Amino acid sequence: MKLAILGVGNVGKTVAQLSGEYGHSVVAMADSKNAIVNPKGIDVGVALEQKSNQMPLGDASLEDVFDSNYDALIEATPTTLKSAEPAFSHIKMALEADRHVVLANKGPAAERFEELQSIADGSKGTLRFEATVGGAIPILSTIEDINPKTVTSVKGILNGTSNFILTRMAAKNLSYSHVLSEAQELGVAEADPIFDVGGIDTALKCVIISNILSGGGFRLSDAEVEGIQHISNHALNLADKSGLTIRLIGEATREGVNVAPVLVPKTEDLAVEGTQNIVRIVTEHGGILSLAGSGAGGGPTASAIFLDLQRLIV
Amino acid sequence: MLEPISSSGGNLLSIFHERGDITPRGEIPVEIDLECSPDQFESILSTYSDLDIHVTQTGEELYEGELIVLLIGDAISNNLSSVIASIDASGSVAVIESSVNRSIESPTEASSILRLAIKEGDQIQAVDSVRSIVSGYDLHFMTTTDNGVPQ
Repeated sequence: MKLAILGVGNVGKTVAQLSGEYGHSVVAMADSKNAIVNPKGIDVGVALEQKSNQMPLGDASLEDVFDSNYDALIEATPTTLKSAEPAFSHIKMALEADRHVVLANKGPAAERFEELQSIADGSKGTLRFEATVGGAIPILSTIEDINPKTVTSVKGILNGTSNFILTRMAAKNLSYSHVLSEAQELGVAEADPIFDVGGIDTALKCVIISNILSGGGFRLSDAEVEGIQHISNHALNLADKSGLTIRLIGEATREGVNVAPVLVPKTEDLAVEGTQNIVRIVTEHGGILSLAGSGAGGGPTASAIFLDLQRLIV
Repeated sequence: MLEPISSSGGNLLSIFHERGDITPRGEIPVEIDLECSPDQFESILSTYSDLDIHVTQTGEELYEGELIVLLIGDAISNNLSSVIASIDASGSVAVIESSVNRSIESPTEASSILRLAIKEGDQIQAVDSVRSIVSGYDLHFMTTTDNGVPQ
């Protein structure tokens, strides 16, 4: 497929770099300031080298990207809340032009799900957003395949940053602030970590899942959210003596979304360590399915985007 | 005197000698609080009878489940007994066991794990009840994943 990529951060860049390996070409690419378009395919290496040297990607405009001969738009701009702009407008423009859209940006699917579905219903293009939840773990595709109507709930760990912090605090008896600083130095946590440690990122993913289970109706503001900022190493030690640990667990059902720290038996599958993610999909007829893997980062998120693109081809 | 309880597999919770209420025959009544199954209870009563110890009154409260909660906050350091008394007074749950861990750097910061017995009824209701009680002490509350909701 011919791809147009909006957003050249970690995810957008990785999709561009791996697109040839998956049989796709990149015909347009834009960051927040500049764009490059080539109907015959962009030399991704050269374009990314330009960007890494603080040079413009190219001399094209965002309008040129939408006028290009792309088959699928990859929306990988930074997640924004409430209006979910400019991502929402990007998706709308592509779908109204009957092109496919693959989302990595959580904002539109969490905050404006019904509007997106309505626009997608009137388009010959298809909207997919596997990469918005759980990185490389095919959570949404699995729910889609087994039929969302037969899924009772989805519960698990959907934020690698908070899981890394809790794991390390427990393993080394270190304070929250100490491990947060380490995580920031390692690039596991953002300079402003509230999105991850405050449970917002997990909540957005759960809102998307609840929207899928119930056909829409949920926003981030509907979610009950508690983060891990108040978790202490003495609490983790105490839990450890009882064979338990603490994990930030999100749960999505048709009734709503809950995100909070929870006591988890250390022997349970939910007690994954480090930046790993895991979900339990509870089904009406198939029992409980557990899926685990890398929940974030360029490679894992790009692999989810390629999974969506593969489904568009099939 | 407590051997019949332990040998039957019961769990002694408390023992209280009512020294201010000595019987006309000069005996000191003893109130024992314990947890055990109905069969164990019959065995304990039978053993006391064999030992010629008079059990004058028994009462029972049925607890069907167990709940583990972890609390974090200053009230653990300065008001834990009040927290436990409030939970016990709720009537729906009873505190069986508590353990406390304090911060080395800041001793006022502490956490506690409570093992609670739940009376017959809805476990989720018991969770909500305890959560509501401890929020009055400004404590962070969490419980295990098997309580249906992740809080």
